[in-house]
Amino acid sequence: MDILEEGEGELLAWHDPDEHRRWVLENKPRSLKDKQMNLKEAITKFVHDGDYIAMGGFGHVRVSMAAIYEIVRQKKRNLAMAGKTAVHDFDILVASGCVNKVEVAYCFGHELRGLSPASRRVFENGKVEVAAEISNAGFQWRFKAAAMGLPSIPTRVMLGTDTLKYSSAKVVKDPFNGKPICLLPACYPDVVFIHVHRCDKYGNSQIDGIIIEDFELARAARRLIITTEEIVDGEKIRNEPWKTMIPFYLVDAVVKVPYGSHPGNMPYLYYSDEEHMAEWLKLSKTDEGVKQYLEKYVYGIETFEEYLHLIGGENKLRYLRRLEQLKAPLKAPWAEG
Amino acid sequence: MEKKIEYTTIELMACAASRVLEDKKSVLVGTGLPIIAGALAQKTHAPNLFIVFEAGGMGTRIPMLPISVGDSRTFYKALMANSMDYVMSTAQLGYMDYSFLGAAQIDMYGNVNTTVIGLHEKPKVRLPGSGGANDAGSLCWRTIILMQQDTRRFVERVDFITTPGYLSGPGAREKAGLPAGTGPYRVITQLGIMGFDEKTKRMMLLSVHPGMTVDQVKASTGFELIVPDKVSVTKPPTEKELEVLRTEIDPAGIVLRRR
Repeated sequence: MDILEEGEGELLAWHDPDEHRRWVLENKPRSLKDKQMNLKEAITKFVHDGDYIAMGGFGHVRVSMAAIYEIVRQKKRNLAMAGKTAVHDFDILVASGCVNKVEVAYCFGHELRGLSPASRRVFENGKVEVAAEISNAGFQWRFKAAAMGLPSIPTRVMLGTDTLKYSSAKVVKDPFNGKPICLLPACYPDVVFIHVHRCDKYGNSQIDGIIIEDFELARAARRLIITTEEIVDGEKIRNEPWKTMIPFYLVDAVVKVPYGSHPGNMPYLYYSDEEHMAEWLKLSKTDEGVKQYLEKYVYGIETFEEYLHLIGGENKLRYLRRLEQLKAPLKAPWAEG
Repeated sequence: MEKKIEYTTIELMACAASRVLEDKKSVLVGTGLPIIAGALAQKTHAPNLFIVFEAGGMGTRIPMLPISVGDSRTFYKALMANSMDYVMSTAQLGYMDYSFLGAAQIDMYGNVNTTVIGLHEKPKVRLPGSGGANDAGSLCWRTIILMQQDTRRFVERVDFITTPGYLSGPGAREKAGLPAGTGPYRVITQLGIMGFDEKTKRMMLLSVHPGMTVDQVKASTGFELIVPDKVSVTKPPTEKELEVLRTEIDPAGIVLRRR
């Protein structure tokens, strides 16, 4: 097949499908096993310096922030991250020195809240490298290729642009219609974290609302850690099997963390905490402020319950639940200053 | 005598963008001004506008401005809550009529930069990157760009083509393998509304906003803008549009009242 163009971006988290199948055969048991553990154990066991990590969810929505804080606490280093619209998770991991390489679909910003002072500063100091560019659809199709056990997947995005030039994609002539088509390489992250609404102790998981790209990402992952709002009986899963988005055999650890997406949004349960985001955006303008934030909310605490108390306890959580149900007005201090 | 209605530039841009959207069509939106325009259209002249969000919300009845492009407001009372693969594949299939983009830089062919100012290897400013912009601009039939207009942003050559416009001119998109018949359709700024010349695929002035002049638009453009003999004046926002914007869509003023 003729290669018409090759992106110069670094090819990250790619494996030959046969190599990956062999890894799956040797590392992913098919038995129903109780996989419950705490975050400390899960991250000690499955996250290694230098790993390529990806977070489920999207932007500030249904991201396992509890896991992010634990990665920071354990001082993991030289991680590469899928910037698959990675916002607060990426900002915290870069600001704390855990991530030093990223593949960017969308990073260095906080969506409507503006650009990220912390990760941009680290980037300008040369301490985080953009290894490749890609688009949002491109990223999830990389995961889809992996989820299908393929080396690559043909798509019609990125063609003709610098996004392609700085990606790890290749353009070939399609053998059926003779037109140029973009082949995106499969992406098999070393570790993936997905925050879900409920699962059983084996990891069979349900997600309410949009799935974003977690259906693909869960299968693309080598190691998959599920954090969950609630652990339910296995019978509940069996009574409504059409709701299982992630089946047990993909899952390596199950960790119960209610409100684990805070300060992000957990659809139907709680909205994003924009007062907390404003605090981070203000503090992260300086290295000193970043230190202060991490000391207060990450290093200075032992458990996620302590963190929830610090961010405002039950009063704040009640407000966020009401806000999610459109029963309270939005407070967004970052919009005022 | 018509009553003088007070409005801001950002409100005018939201109304202008909203009016481009037709009823019974589909639009892929991100958050910020695009979603405000989509919600306004849905609540005024286009009640059957099919609003789709890249993270999986389809046929949403937007209650108020979502803050994140995938937050729960993006699938409130939606017809379907699915996945990005589903949405983007649907766009690749040809079901998405309109999409919206923001831009840090644009050139005369509507190529858009949201990645870096300066060289990619050593940027002056690192911007967030494509997000879903490249996908929307590649796959949807008509792309509408909302941005500020000045000579630093409307440039001869963008520093980085994040999202394809007409690339190097007529036929270039198809030659690159992009879906045939797609491309940028309108560029809406604080000064006016631009379209693209059918034959040359170059940017062309369509209307100037009330109080703005053609010369102002030209002086704020760093490339040769096609200016037809007749340039109309953009219709100002109506009272009804402003009320919906201020009381229903963005009551906290997150986009509309932000400096």
